[in-house]
Amino acid sequence: MGLMGTGILKGLGVTLRHFIDTYAEDLKYVLNKSGARQPRPLRRQSPKNKGLVTVEYPRERLPLPENFRYVPFLVYDTEKQDDKCTSCGICAKVCPPQCIWIVRTEDPVTKRPVPQPKEFYIDTTICMNCGYCAEFCPFDAIKMDHDYELSYYPDQEPHARLVHDKSRLTKPDTYHASIHPTDWRRELEDRAAEEAKKKAAAEAKAKADAAKPAGGAAPAAKPAPAPGAARSSAPEPDKPAQADTGKSSSE
Amino acid sequence: MAEETTHPTPAEPAAAPKAAPAAKPASPAATKPAAAKPAGHAAPKGPPLATLTPELVQLQQHFGENVITPAPYVGVLVNDLNKLREVMTYVRDQLGFDMLANVTAVDYIKEGYIQVVYHPQRSKGGQPITIKVRVPRGSDPVAPTEVAVPSLTPIYAGAEFQEREIYDMYGVRFEGHPDLRRILTWEGFYGWPLRKDWHEPYYEGDTKPFDSRWPGGHHQLAEERVPWADNVNYPPGFDPLNFNANPDAGLYDSMLSGVPHAQVEPNGHAQQAPQPKGVGAAVPVYDRNHNNLADEEELQTDQIIVNMGPQHPSTHGVLRMVVKLDGETVTDLKLALGYLHRNHEKIGERNTWLHNIPYTDRLDYICGIANELGYVITVEKMMGIKPTERAEYLRVIMAELTRIQSHFWAIGFLLNDLGAFYTPALYFITERDLILDLFESVSGSRLMCNYMRFGGVSRDFTEEQIAHARELAFDRIPRKIDELEQLLTDNEIIKARTIGVGYLPAERSINYSLTGPCLRAAGVPYDIRRVDPYSIYDRFDFEIPVFYGADVYDRYRVRVAEMRQSLRIVQQALNQLDQTKPGDIQAGKKAYNHRVPAGEAYGRVETPKGELGFYLVSDGGQNPYRYHVRSSSFINLNSLKEMVVGHKVADAVVILGSLDIVLGEVDR
Amino acid sequence: MAEPTNANVSEEFQNDPRVPDELKNNVFITSLDKLYNWGRKRSMWPMLFGLACCAIEMIATAASRHDLARFGWELMRASPRQADLMIVSGTVTKKMIPQIVRLYNQMPEPRYVIAMGACATAGGPFKEGYNVVSGVDKFIPVDVYITGCPPRPEALLHSFIKLQEKIEKQSLRNVPWYRKGEDDVVPVPALGPDLVDLRRAQEIKEKAAQAAPAPEQPAA
Repeated sequence: MGLMGTGILKGLGVTLRHFIDTYAEDLKYVLNKSGARQPRPLRRQSPKNKGLVTVEYPRERLPLPENFRYVPFLVYDTEKQDDKCTSCGICAKVCPPQCIWIVRTEDPVTKRPVPQPKEFYIDTTICMNCGYCAEFCPFDAIKMDHDYELSYYPDQEPHARLVHDKSRLTKPDTYHASIHPTDWRRELEDRAAEEAKKKAAAEAKAKADAAKPAGGAAPAAKPAPAPGAARSSAPEPDKPAQADTGKSSSE
Repeated sequence: MAEETTHPTPAEPAAAPKAAPAAKPASPAATKPAAAKPAGHAAPKGPPLATLTPELVQLQQHFGENVITPAPYVGVLVNDLNKLREVMTYVRDQLGFDMLANVTAVDYIKEGYIQVVYHPQRSKGGQPITIKVRVPRGSDPVAPTEVAVPSLTPIYAGAEFQEREIYDMYGVRFEGHPDLRRILTWEGFYGWPLRKDWHEPYYEGDTKPFDSRWPGGHHQLAEERVPWADNVNYPPGFDPLNFNANPDAGLYDSMLSGVPHAQVEPNGHAQQAPQPKGVGAAVPVYDRNHNNLADEEELQTDQIIVNMGPQHPSTHGVLRMVVKLDGETVTDLKLALGYLHRNHEKIGERNTWLHNIPYTDRLDYICGIANELGYVITVEKMMGIKPTERAEYLRVIMAELTRIQSHFWAIGFLLNDLGAFYTPALYFITERDLILDLFESVSGSRLMCNYMRFGGVSRDFTEEQIAHARELAFDRIPRKIDELEQLLTDNEIIKARTIGVGYLPAERSINYSLTGPCLRAAGVPYDIRRVDPYSIYDRFDFEIPVFYGADVYDRYRVRVAEMRQSLRIVQQALNQLDQTKPGDIQAGKKAYNHRVPAGEAYGRVETPKGELGFYLVSDGGQNPYRYHVRSSSFINLNSLKEMVVGHKVADAVVILGSLDIVLGEVDR
Repeated sequence: MAEPTNANVSEEFQNDPRVPDELKNNVFITSLDKLYNWGRKRSMWPMLFGLACCAIEMIATAASRHDLARFGWELMRASPRQADLMIVSGTVTKKMIPQIVRLYNQMPEPRYVIAMGACATAGGPFKEGYNVVSGVDKFIPVDVYITGCPPRPEALLHSFIKLQEKIEKQSLRNVPWYRKGEDDVVPVPALGPDLVDLRRAQEIKEKAAQAAPAPEQPAA
């Protein structure tokens, strides 16, 4: 231990440095035009930053990472004009606090289940934003939203607002593509690969039907298209335009 | 990592791989009962009996096979309750298991008994042993068990809160317990909540998923289902206008009785404890300087009882400390817990195995990843699966970053408690936010990462995220830890306030089952990553920092040193990460309906707060039969009284801060 | 620092249509309400009161990155007597609710309550637990609810802005706390065999008497 008080002085040195950095850093960015062009929240929150860190929220926002998860939403397939959800119920089963409620559609005549949800509720007052529903959904039909600005007044009975029903939950896949570009790209690839596979299988079947003795034709058509090709070939031929808008907004 | 037995095929006689080879040659006689029982194994019922580890064989030889018999799955059963203390004394003194890691109970409702499970361990390291006793559970929903278990508090001081918890949750009486009251609920609470036949008001089914959610899931609020439209349940004929509510019954009794403190303290060690700076004696001495300015007897003042909390700025949440003050000196202290008791274990037993992962995030909500790791590792051991290489590295990176951010937080708020309001805390929260940014971009949430899966992790790091992590680990955080030390370590005021404060010597710390940085600050190099390595910690080059002051200052220094070591681990892991295959983050197929083979396991990890253990019992189904969390914050609080008594109130706050508790984990 | 949803205050006053154009920059008229609300909404003192996980995010909101002080709400008071706003940040347990109600009663009016996160709103993921109150609004009136588990700091800030908007719309004439005879002291619930809401004592007594033969299990 050195002279009494040196430890305190050393500590005060740190606070002084912080104080100076606060101005020095901002000054540097003001003087350096290229630095100023970088959005302020990004610059302030980068690990290199030394000065002020405050992000002035309503005016500036931190960009949300793609993986960010808040309450879930249902994806509406704008191409097929249909819900992606097939009401298979996996999300309701994996939900830890059991906040998902699904009524499966039944065929009015045969009483057989139809792969579409009739009602779909997510009780956001119970939801723990864990993301399991999105993770385990085999149809990419439910995704975690990025919209965190969900505050309500109690004017209405609060549960009416906080229990999201199907109409409230459903959002177009273009929105999904805009907030989850990587995920969306993967989905398109998967879809393309699946279609290619189907096509190949159909072709192989046709071939096999045509020439019964010929075998082993399937593997030739198997390799999935390259990612780039997959993206252009992914949308169904009848409605390519809509899928394109979704993609372009994602980039 | 864990003492575990899983029996993938029940036809196979108990074959605990690790212990068996050592045990069998040692004494064929002792293993005989274990071998004999599985013969009746072909009979319909009865789980396989445990193979005994050498220590347990020795125990059995000493006490005889009538007293000690192998228990199902793991450990031994003490058949004679009256012998329990003798057995445990032997375990502690002769076998060297000086630390009671965990005590819990399981309600075997079909068999009609409650099994109390003890996990003593050696502070030198190694795996804990399992000792069980059984008490008939009785059928009265309100009365505690008729047969009492002898309390182990005279042998292991760390049993005090845990036994109280068992009493509170299961209604098991403990004979000779100094203060057997409800701990998480309140006095007067109806029934014993963790018993299998006790149902809460919103009870919907024994196991999740509930059938009501799909396919006919018409949304219904829980409130609409229950008679009171609320989460309450009263015994029939209850009269709310005329009942005697005394939730704190018994809390003040021993404090009010005016018993001099020296008698309350059972072991009188405090007098022997060295006092580094002349403060911290556990016995009130009014004339410390011996200058005879006042006669002690004449100056005897009234002692007052003050409640700190549950709403108090310095109790780190909803903790309630009841302190007895003589002037400003604390002469006695009791804790009232349960203000954040969220029924984690009850809900955990209803959840599926997978459902529990995000719930563990909410245990110690500052370091969710560490809790997940503990749970996932325990379940993996039971299932007998191993995560992929890359997943192991990602887990370690996330867990160690969690330790760093948790220590940043702990130190920041310790300084708050010391009166250095906000400046250090704000500096460190800024750093912590940067780490949380990484967590968020990887897992999707800042706090509740829900990142671990059985056999892997949920998402891989992208190149960008690796770059972010590297920037943090190689540049930003090392710099900031240096700055932290510059700011605080040599500060004379901090030293004056913390050195010698909250002294608890090593033997007492061990006896109190204190774990984590607090134990290492007392000179015990006990860190699960080293003494019972799990995951891939054996691959990294790091040290376990140890200090010997056993006071608040050294707890602070241990944390700083640990951050540096964690950083070393993260750096090594990041460097080795590119040797693994990107994208290979899940062993086997990703599933949501896991079935865990019947068995039980106690798994533990070193979280920033100490030893976090999970004691899980599976009946082979989709849900845990028993899900117990051995939380370090809760058990560390056992020793608070001994640390605080004799200090000023202001120091009590600091000592609590140095324990670094999180109420989510204390009350669960 | 002003936020865009509520433009600069002088602008707010100057743009009043009742002011002739030539006087626009020289006078501004205001009502007592506006002045009163303007003052109130920018000097809220939240109570330093954390319950659970959400409290960590609340502290993060108050820390440097989001800096609650920008809204004039910088001072977190540990004493309810000096606080205007209670942020119920976390799971409300039955054991804690008597203290929360007591704290609420001790806060001077006008007072506001934000229920932060799913737990405070309606019990959240722990709702089924036996020691969990399904929402703080079962006992004390809530002004703004936030969803999320836990809400991001920005989500909490968003709720602050919502609360400011709410305060802006209040009028001295009809706010409850200046009316005579309005006494919204919430009786502190008691801890008996379970949590006893004393406002519902009669109902509980009747139902419990009816249910005397069998316990009230919803399944039964």
